[in-house]
Amino acid sequence: MTALTTKFGGDGGRGAGDGKPPASILLSASAEDHHIARMAAVALGLTVLEAAIPSPLPGVKPGLANIVVLIVLARYGWRAAAWVSLLRVVAGSLLMGSFLAPGFFLSLVGALLSLLVLAASRHLPQRWFGCVTHSILAAFAHIAGQMLVVYLWLIPHSGIAYLLPIFAAAALVFGTINGIIAARFIASNADCPPIT
Amino acid sequence: MFVLYPLKVGDYFTVLAGLISVVWLAMALWSGATADKAIIRSGGKIFREVSLLENAEISVPGPLGSSIISIQNHQARITSDPSPRQYCVRQGWLKNAGEIAICLPNQVSIELTGGPKKYDSLNY
Repeated sequence: MTALTTKFGGDGGRGAGDGKPPASILLSASAEDHHIARMAAVALGLTVLEAAIPSPLPGVKPGLANIVVLIVLARYGWRAAAWVSLLRVVAGSLLMGSFLAPGFFLSLVGALLSLLVLAASRHLPQRWFGCVTHSILAAFAHIAGQMLVVYLWLIPHSGIAYLLPIFAAAALVFGTINGIIAARFIASNADCPPIT
Repeated sequence: MFVLYPLKVGDYFTVLAGLISVVWLAMALWSGATADKAIIRSGGKIFREVSLLENAEISVPGPLGSSIISIQNHQARITSDPSPRQYCVRQGWLKNAGEIAICLPNQVSIELTGGPKKYDSLNY
């Protein structure tokens, strides 16, 4: 997929040899770009909504935006899901004012690891494994990535291991719920393009 | 027709596997591995490493004076310390691996460690 296609006016560009700068830069968005932007916007809305929910422990969040990522994964494939997930992390951090703060890197690494796991888990036989499996595996990958960053960078003390069972339990519960919600959405829109 | 989305067979398996791993994590990490050694630091450097098997009284020098550390019955505590607020003394007895008492003003700390380091289970 080409997210951004640059078109230079005239025969501009460095190799042309006439020394003139390009007259204009045109960014054209494909239909898929629009899809991704729409889904990322929904994910962003959920991110902001979720920030208003009080949490008993910093880091324990429902991760509602991941429902969108799961739906995109099922409908448009892994690349689109990766775009939506990473766009949500970057734009979400801009909205919440945490861009480049520790929390940003926590969610970035969590999202990256989740995407890696999703890339593997979508090859599981679809007859037996559905959205819920993907969701749970991604949730565990997310929390694993975050704990890794916390341990290697923020709090290099073995004491954080005490929190691991709590985070893992939260990942299991919210992963299951998100997976069921995503599966309901996918099942209720049978007219959508088939799962790739 | 409104039907609750049925989980696929593998999904139940994943939920079960997740449950087992959560329970396993809780049992492995919350069992409170008993400590067998105490690391005493002064000014950020290791002052002494002592076994918890023998009772002892250790005096550790710091910038404000000396802190007294007692070891009894596989437990350790800071008995007295010249720090103004006495946080580390009030912390009482430490017995599980990973527990730590720090007297910041006097730059003395005591940390309990036990057999296998806990964070080994974090090495993904």
